[in-house]
Amino acid sequence: MEFLLEPIEYEFFRHALLAALMVGASGGLIGVYVVLRGMSYVGHGLSHAAIGGAVIGITLNLNFYAGACAMGLLAAFIINKITKNNKIKLDAAIGIVTTAMFALGVAIVSKMRNFKQNFEAALFGNILGITEQDLMIIGLVALFTLITMFITYRTLLFSTFDNEAARVFGIKTDSVQLLFSLLLTFSVIASLNVIGVTMVAATLIAPAMTARMLTDRFSRMIIYSTIIGAVTGVIGMYLSYIFNVASGTTIVLFSVLVFALSMLVRPLRNLYRSRQY
Amino acid sequence: MPATLHSDSPLVPAVKLTGVTARYEQNVVFDDLCLEIAAGQFAGIVGPTACGKSTLLKIVLGIHAVSAGQVELYNYPVNKVRPGTIGYVPQLGSVDWNFPVTVEEVISMGLYTNGRIWPWLSKQERTCIQDLAHRLGVDDCLKSHISDISGGQRQRTFLARALINNPKLLILDEPTSGVDIKTQHEVLHLLSDINRGGITILLTTHDLNAVASHLPWVICFNRGVIAQGRPNTIFTNEILTKTYGGDIVIVKSEGHLLIANSTPLKFIDETP
Repeated sequence: MEFLLEPIEYEFFRHALLAALMVGASGGLIGVYVVLRGMSYVGHGLSHAAIGGAVIGITLNLNFYAGACAMGLLAAFIINKITKNNKIKLDAAIGIVTTAMFALGVAIVSKMRNFKQNFEAALFGNILGITEQDLMIIGLVALFTLITMFITYRTLLFSTFDNEAARVFGIKTDSVQLLFSLLLTFSVIASLNVIGVTMVAATLIAPAMTARMLTDRFSRMIIYSTIIGAVTGVIGMYLSYIFNVASGTTIVLFSVLVFALSMLVRPLRNLYRSRQY
Repeated sequence: MPATLHSDSPLVPAVKLTGVTARYEQNVVFDDLCLEIAAGQFAGIVGPTACGKSTLLKIVLGIHAVSAGQVELYNYPVNKVRPGTIGYVPQLGSVDWNFPVTVEEVISMGLYTNGRIWPWLSKQERTCIQDLAHRLGVDDCLKSHISDISGGQRQRTFLARALINNPKLLILDEPTSGVDIKTQHEVLHLLSDINRGGITILLTTHDLNAVASHLPWVICFNRGVIAQGRPNTIFTNEILTKTYGGDIVIVKSEGHLLIANSTPLKFIDETP
């Protein structure tokens, strides 16, 4: 029990734990739609675009989040525009747009080396350096995501499952897609300092994939994924403390381990059922 | 203000297309199309692949914009029709069967137009789903995942979703494809029953025999209306050749029509 309580005595760890919990939960929640909409690569791409924006923001003496947010939204907008006529597929649009924005950030960093440390923190995460302002932003994004997802649960589910039929039934699918892109961008940016650009995608995808292995019901998948995201975030933080390994990396590795274990659930369940009958 | 459709009078056409031109970018799919489908009708659109059937359905559904002309449902422009007025069953081949939803969750999607913000279903809505599922014979599998049910049950599940709002017009894209003959027969019988309940039905199909034996009205389509009427009068060599090209045999026997692919095109009349 002591090993659970000992790290909480440190303020930086309490901040980190809370951040990992909120980022994990909101990532798990939004990740369900990311996976089911076939947008797994979008989270990865948006985080790269956001880092370009963050660098520009810092260069212009703006807030880290302001620059990242502006560039993330711009990337989401451009990707939507490029793919709208169906001539260019989503993966290609993400590849070109977000890599260009990331490259812009790297170019600025290579010219102005005074914020190299911030850049590295954004690349690999700096969860132990989470400030109260960071916590506030992460909390607001998590709350906003939760409320919006709750209100738009039905329309998001229908448009994710069958976009064309959803339009026939009167759902404004373009608005739903735009809203979802906004939520995803905010979630990715809120996760940047916690997990880092290079690993954000895993926090979105791994809990949702794990939940998918556990249930065939959408309503349960949403709940499971949110809980799994939060729990793996918290346990990952403790493991990081115990084994003295980088926290973002530990969270991601632990999430992937949980997913690997979840892959055994279905075969074991089938085996158990076959023995029962 | 969205239009509420009250009239099912046969005098008011359920679907009316006037001078409609449809295109994908520069490619014209059909031009200056005029078509009326009477309220209460049970009509099937037949035609070869890439003849514009699906585009025609999308225009009636209001999800493909026309380049010219007017599309009206029960005398109201298609974009002014209240959500839920049209029931739609997509091609089963386009459905992601690995998506984590149960039969009950799919049927309840039809209720999403109600504009409520709560994700859960009310007791009344659950009863409504249960009753409809019972009527369509899928009440035993409401909690099943959509991939764990038969082809016929899948079709009935999507039919239930389309019917949950009591639509005036039911549109089905290839409801007989991908299912066996027995299921085809069951689905078309079910649609006949639904039509007798007062719902106008418009569907597309490649199965001419199913149309000939079950549908009272058929529209032969190939980038325009070639002919429309009762199958007995419409399925002739001349019209089917014009619609499909060659290679079709029509057998008339004891009041039934049998249509098959063959070369060369010929007509066999076995009527005594």
